[in-house]
Amino acid sequence: MPDFVQLWVYLSTAPLFGLTATLVVYVAAAAVYDRVERAPWANPVLWSVIVLGAMLLATATPYPTYFAGAQFVHVLLGPAVVALAWPLWQRRRELRRRSVALLAAALVGGSAAGGSAVLLASLLHLPGEVVRSLATKSVTAPVAMGIAERIGGVPALAAVFAVLTGLVGALSAKYLFDGLGIASWAVRGFALGTASHGIGAARALQVHDDAGAYAGIALGLQVLLASLMIPLLFRWLA
Amino acid sequence: MIALRGLALLLLFQAAGEALVLALKLPFPGPVVGLVLLLAGLRWRVVREPAQAAAELLLTHLSLLFVPVGVGVITHLELVSRHGVALIVVIVLSTWIGMAVTALLLRILLERAAREEAGDA
Repeated sequence: MPDFVQLWVYLSTAPLFGLTATLVVYVAAAAVYDRVERAPWANPVLWSVIVLGAMLLATATPYPTYFAGAQFVHVLLGPAVVALAWPLWQRRRELRRRSVALLAAALVGGSAAGGSAVLLASLLHLPGEVVRSLATKSVTAPVAMGIAERIGGVPALAAVFAVLTGLVGALSAKYLFDGLGIASWAVRGFALGTASHGIGAARALQVHDDAGAYAGIALGLQVLLASLMIPLLFRWLA
Repeated sequence: MIALRGLALLLLFQAAGEALVLALKLPFPGPVVGLVLLLAGLRWRVVREPAQAAAELLLTHLSLLFVPVGVGVITHLELVSRHGVALIVVIVLSTWIGMAVTALLLRILLERAAREEAGDA
């Protein structure tokens, strides 16, 4: 028995724990998701976060201990963003033809998402740093953190709001678009990527190739537009 | 093997992107500049084939990559529960507004573009 305890102590302190837990829980969540024909409520990011979060809280494991292992998954976000070039390249002719429409929709839609968040948060008297951390909520988490820092928000909060926004989009997009009568996969994917960045794009990629590709473009455009415009807007408002 | 070569390529393009951002003080994240560089590089087959294999692997499992950041929510449970209702209202409504505005506007713009093309033909 002492051997087992020693093994557990070793496993739970080494990065192995965070990495193994992330993969095992995600694989299980993804299997359930496939089983229920990818129903939005079974979103694997949502359930992985709930299960892993509960595990960390129940065992009083600090987040940095978990992240020491999970960072090996996290670091792949960089090459994954670069990889979005592939679905764009496949549709390059169609995209070039539609570039003006896409750029206009990204600009207006992204402003509507971020602007309505800041406006609503101010109306509900949320603290200033929370309001500023909400401005970047429709930009993918690692980028949102960088922008939030530049406008006096809290990077960690910006990441939390971005993740929650991504989950809200991934869970509800189907019903919203069905309700609005939006049938085109390209339009659905683009709107999901604009308002809910990577987590929305991941959902779009699971649902339809066109939706995934357009969500990827939307995610990239939000990163470019938000990095340029949000700091400028806040400097001008301040 | 081809996917592994592709992953090495993607990392190289990301590194090139990070280097450009540092050198030129660009206001963009490195991976996004890497995306633009790769888009230009995909015209060559030596880049295209491995990049496709790695991209398909990574993008199929894109949602896994958001789990570590997502679990970070537990570090702010106190703040989230203190402003819980207000935060949820703000996040849910603004996400719906963003999606609806984008989808409705893009639909109008694409329909108009399609009509003009049909008119030209």
